Amino acid sequence: MNFYKYASPAAFYPLAGKLIPWFAIPAAILFAVGLYVGFFVAPTDFQQGDAYRIMFIHVPAAWMGMLLYVLMAAYAGIGWAFNARLASMMASAIALTGAMFTFLSLVTGSLWGKPTWGIWWVWDARMTSTLILLFLYAGFISLQAAIDDPRRADRAAAVLALVGVINVPIIYFSVQWWNTLHQGATIRIMGKPSIAAPMLAALLIMLAACWLYSIAVVLTRLRRIIEEREQNASLFARSTV
Amino acid sequence: MSEFFSMGGYGFYVWGSYLVALVLMAGEVVTVLKRRKSLR
Repeated sequence: MNFYKYASPAAFYPLAGKLIPWFAIPAAILFAVGLYVGFFVAPTDFQQGDAYRIMFIHVPAAWMGMLLYVLMAAYAGIGWAFNARLASMMASAIALTGAMFTFLSLVTGSLWGKPTWGIWWVWDARMTSTLILLFLYAGFISLQAAIDDPRRADRAAAVLALVGVINVPIIYFSVQWWNTLHQGATIRIMGKPSIAAPMLAALLIMLAACWLYSIAVVLTRLRRIIEEREQNASLFARSTV
Repeated sequence: MSEFFSMGGYGFYVWGSYLVALVLMAGEVVTVLKRRKSLR
């Protein structure tokens, strides 16, 4: 089987359509399970009371904001380096979902900060670098919208996306590098996580749900982008030939 | 039941967070589905 044929937007379009329900339905189920475990199984935290339950949406949202940015930059880079239209379209499809999750992590972080730190917002390293991430998404989206020729827009936005990748490790390590109000990592790559098992389970289920949600939404948006761009291309071909 | 909704006094912050999440995600889904119709 030749997988390369799916690098063509026209060939990928029907495949994406078939894949969407396989992500959307499990996403809905996992959101329900994750919220059930998070609210009915996980115990009340002895330090933060029930306010900690914001974690089950805040932490997945923050991770998705960072991971989707890296993915978006990678697709934009591939689209630029190999002149692959579909990869650039994928980058554009990811941008809005990544921005949504970044915004969600800032809002939920604020709603968590007020009761636990007594303040909605501080200009510390983690929050400031996350705000910069949101601006990078906004820059990517508006730069692409500002240039009429889609391939030129893709290239310009790819440069911005790739330069901005440096911000992601800054966000991740900010709690170690600078003094901050923000608590350290909940789940560490090495060593034991710092929370109880049902809390960890709820967190991981919500993260999986956010991933599946993102894939379903991004594939749907990718199909819209293919429709718009390929329709323009066929109109253009007809008008010039 | 009301104990559950009060979230130990943190109800506004906890439910506020999940409400914002619901509005943003539902809004994104509706927007992306509507985009198709506006094209035709």
